[in-house]
Amino acid sequence: MTATGKQYATFWLGSSLYGIEVTRVREVLREQSITRVPLAPPTVAGLINLRGQVVTTIDLHPRLVPTGRRSAESMLVVVFAGGESVALLVDRIGGVVDVTDDQFEPPPDTLVGAVRELVSGAYKLDGQLLLSLDVDAAVAT
Amino acid sequence: MDDMDEIVQEFLVESSENLDQLDQDLLALEATPDSRERLASAFRTIHTIKGTSGFLAFGRLEKVTHTGESLLVRLRDGQQQMTTATADALLALVDVVRALLTSIEATGAEGDVEIDAVMEQIQAQVAADRVPEPPATEVPAGSTGVGSEDDAVRPGASSVEPVPTQESSSAELPEPAAPPKPALAPAMASSKPAAAPSKPAASTSAGPTRSAAKSSLRVDVDLLDALMQLAGELVLTRNQLLRGVGELADPALSRAAQRLNVITADIQESIMRTRMQPIDHIWSKLPRMVRDLGAQCGRQVRLTMSGQDTELDRALLEAIKDPLTHLVRNCIDHGIEAPEAREAAGKSREGTLSLRAYHNSGHVVIEVADDGAGIDPVKIAATAIERGLRTPAELAHHSVAEILQLVFEPGFSTAVQVTNVSGRGVGMDVVKTNLAAIGGAIELESTVGEGTVCRMRVPLTLAIVPALTVECGTGRYAVAQASLLELVALDAVQPASQIETVGGAPVYRLRGALLPLVALSDILSGADTFGAPESEASQVIVVLQAGSRRFGLLVDRVLNTEEIVVKALSPRLKSIGVYSGATILGDGTVALILDVQNIARRVLRADAAERAAQRSTSAGNDAAAAAGADAESAAGAETERLLIAGVGDGSQVAIPMSMITRLEMISARDVETVGTREVVQYRGTIIPLVRLDRHLGIFSERSPAELPVAVYSQAGHSVAIVMGDIIDIVEHQTADRSEVDDRGFVGSVVVHGRVVGLLDVERAIAAADPAFFSAVRAQATAGVPAAAGAVPRARAGADDAPFGVSDPATEGHGDLVGMTR
Repeated sequence: MTATGKQYATFWLGSSLYGIEVTRVREVLREQSITRVPLAPPTVAGLINLRGQVVTTIDLHPRLVPTGRRSAESMLVVVFAGGESVALLVDRIGGVVDVTDDQFEPPPDTLVGAVRELVSGAYKLDGQLLLSLDVDAAVAT
Repeated sequence: MDDMDEIVQEFLVESSENLDQLDQDLLALEATPDSRERLASAFRTIHTIKGTSGFLAFGRLEKVTHTGESLLVRLRDGQQQMTTATADALLALVDVVRALLTSIEATGAEGDVEIDAVMEQIQAQVAADRVPEPPATEVPAGSTGVGSEDDAVRPGASSVEPVPTQESSSAELPEPAAPPKPALAPAMASSKPAAAPSKPAASTSAGPTRSAAKSSLRVDVDLLDALMQLAGELVLTRNQLLRGVGELADPALSRAAQRLNVITADIQESIMRTRMQPIDHIWSKLPRMVRDLGAQCGRQVRLTMSGQDTELDRALLEAIKDPLTHLVRNCIDHGIEAPEAREAAGKSREGTLSLRAYHNSGHVVIEVADDGAGIDPVKIAATAIERGLRTPAELAHHSVAEILQLVFEPGFSTAVQVTNVSGRGVGMDVVKTNLAAIGGAIELESTVGEGTVCRMRVPLTLAIVPALTVECGTGRYAVAQASLLELVALDAVQPASQIETVGGAPVYRLRGALLPLVALSDILSGADTFGAPESEASQVIVVLQAGSRRFGLLVDRVLNTEEIVVKALSPRLKSIGVYSGATILGDGTVALILDVQNIARRVLRADAAERAAQRSTSAGNDAAAAAGADAESAAGAETERLLIAGVGDGSQVAIPMSMITRLEMISARDVETVGTREVVQYRGTIIPLVRLDRHLGIFSERSPAELPVAVYSQAGHSVAIVMGDIIDIVEHQTADRSEVDDRGFVGSVVVHGRVVGLLDVERAIAAADPAFFSAVRAQATAGVPAAAGAVPRARAGADDAPFGVSDPATEGHGDLVGMTR
């Protein structure tokens, strides 16, 4: 048991389980009215009012689940990145999972495209892979 | 280590404040060289810096301040008089100390700031005034001993016999707190009056005036910002709570909620107040600047200030710094005349530059006034024409105030000579744009020979701005009211018919002038071209001003005017260039704030092209004019200028400006009759007159003493058309006239919303002089120089078309301005 443990906040996008280190997560919100920003890059879903603060919301779907349909009731994971709060639009919230470094493997060499840029690797959980999302890459659009 | 950093940090902050004070002290000393209080204050500042830098082991800083201190001791003790050279040396010292402090702040070390030159300069001052003067008898006992470790400055001391005490106290750090009471009292009193207001923060340094600062403390700005943020959240939470409580209808709970409501409002206001700073924060740098600029430009300037304690949000203060500096520079460089010129004009050699700040209906007004030469509107007009910003015809109906406003247009600079102080053609427009960006405005008043007043009007705080909320598609957007001119509702039944197009570009006739239109939906869909809107729905034109240009933004609906709290937008969204920020509306949803300045820049490219065309035409260059005309027709904007004249009682007539060589006023008494015809002597020739009212069969009872006439000249022949009065000069599309079959008119046009007959000038001229055209033609074919005796016209002789409407832009304008003024 030399491997150091970490906690990951997990969520579902399409049929995959993704995770972000809990220390990066500020809070989780039910989807609320998002103000669309015309002319913004497609990855920007819009702006939300987070207790008086205007927070940019990033839609991960176009890059990570280009073909899948979005869930009827999306959730928002608010993370801290690039000096500001950013909300990530996800399909469903999973639990908080303890992982250790020895469960980690870098992405397979066959993985290409947008997913490769956003996923730093995978944790092998029982019967499920947890994809570690690179938050900074995800919000840097 | 951290403790050390903190001490250094504090030292830096304190020192920079003290240096500002020192600047002021030194300048005041030039005016009153023997102000002992000022000298004491200056000495204290340098002494404090010296002491602390020694303690913190900043050797060079210590060395240079030590030299300065030596000089100041002599000055303070009356062994030497303050001269301009001394002041220069000491100001140079301040600069070097600043440079050292900057270096320490940036790198933690003193770096390689050059200190030897200034040290020599100061030592030269000490040496230059080695002749010991008899000490002033009122030298406070004991003060000579302070800081006199340097032997180089001691010789004077030996001749100062009555130094009773402390002569031997060459202690390491002479304590400034020690001066006896009599010296201290005036020192404290002195920091109040004169130009320098007492700044509590500045006096926190070691020194006898410390007690004044006990009631204030330093707070990190970030902390204040965080507090502001929290207050915002509190307000929103309160709103939700109030809504819930209202539903419950519990009186006790309602009372508590009401109280919470009041307290929240108070908290918000108090926190806003913490961000307020007196305007003196930026003004305190000006005396030094004025002095230096005055010397550089050869002007003698006295600076007066009032209202230094007027408070502004610190972000705004930061934003007006540059505009203010620019205005002050302008006043000195362009406003205040050289001493000789002032004397010649019967003014005192010294010009006065006065700054005033005061509150006025929710705004802070900052006035920069000088008693200089003032701005000559004639010069401004000439420059505007030269720069192609306006045509003479446009200027003809500008008021003096409107002409003065031209200095705020991009590319305008009246400086005959470009100096390195001002006059590079950027400036006033930047000032205006900067102010507009923070929701402020600027106005200019000037009287030739008496001076100029610039008034900047800025909101109290940046965080809350009045805005208009509009709807477009499904989105709601906010537009800051600072750039809003007016709203025009389009008729719900036929909105499209009120919008016309010029070569596909939609325009709206707003009181006769064409207003370029842009549909917000086009902007938001990223369209490159802005076509006429197809939608059948009712729309509203939001008329906006961006810099000197105005345009209409087509939106679906106007929702509300409300005060909005501006929230920063993530840089990646700001870089789109359409939004300046975001806000949260009353119902909690986020709305984007439109960046009017940027949108204008994006969509008004055509406007710039048209300006360029006008510029080249007004230059009188035929080739360029042709190119300009081509550009205009390519843009589909084939326009002509029409003079709108009143005839008889209420009727209006339009006369193409191309048919007018000159506008004049003639006296009714000068009208003579030859047979049945009326004539007038004009520039040595007799020209026939035609009265429009009679010519058109319009009955008029008026018989004014002065008659406005439009003179048409060609090939040496002239005819004067007498009008009732001149109403306006407008631009009009050539194609846009309807045929009217009536005697005396060739058609009709719509001007200012009413139909105006377009005069058949040829027929009117023929009515006055039936032989006019045959004579002109005969002369032209006979090869008589066309210009002979005639009023100069750019293309009169070259015009082959018998009476063509040639290039409307070039005709006759040069003459018009002179008359209408």
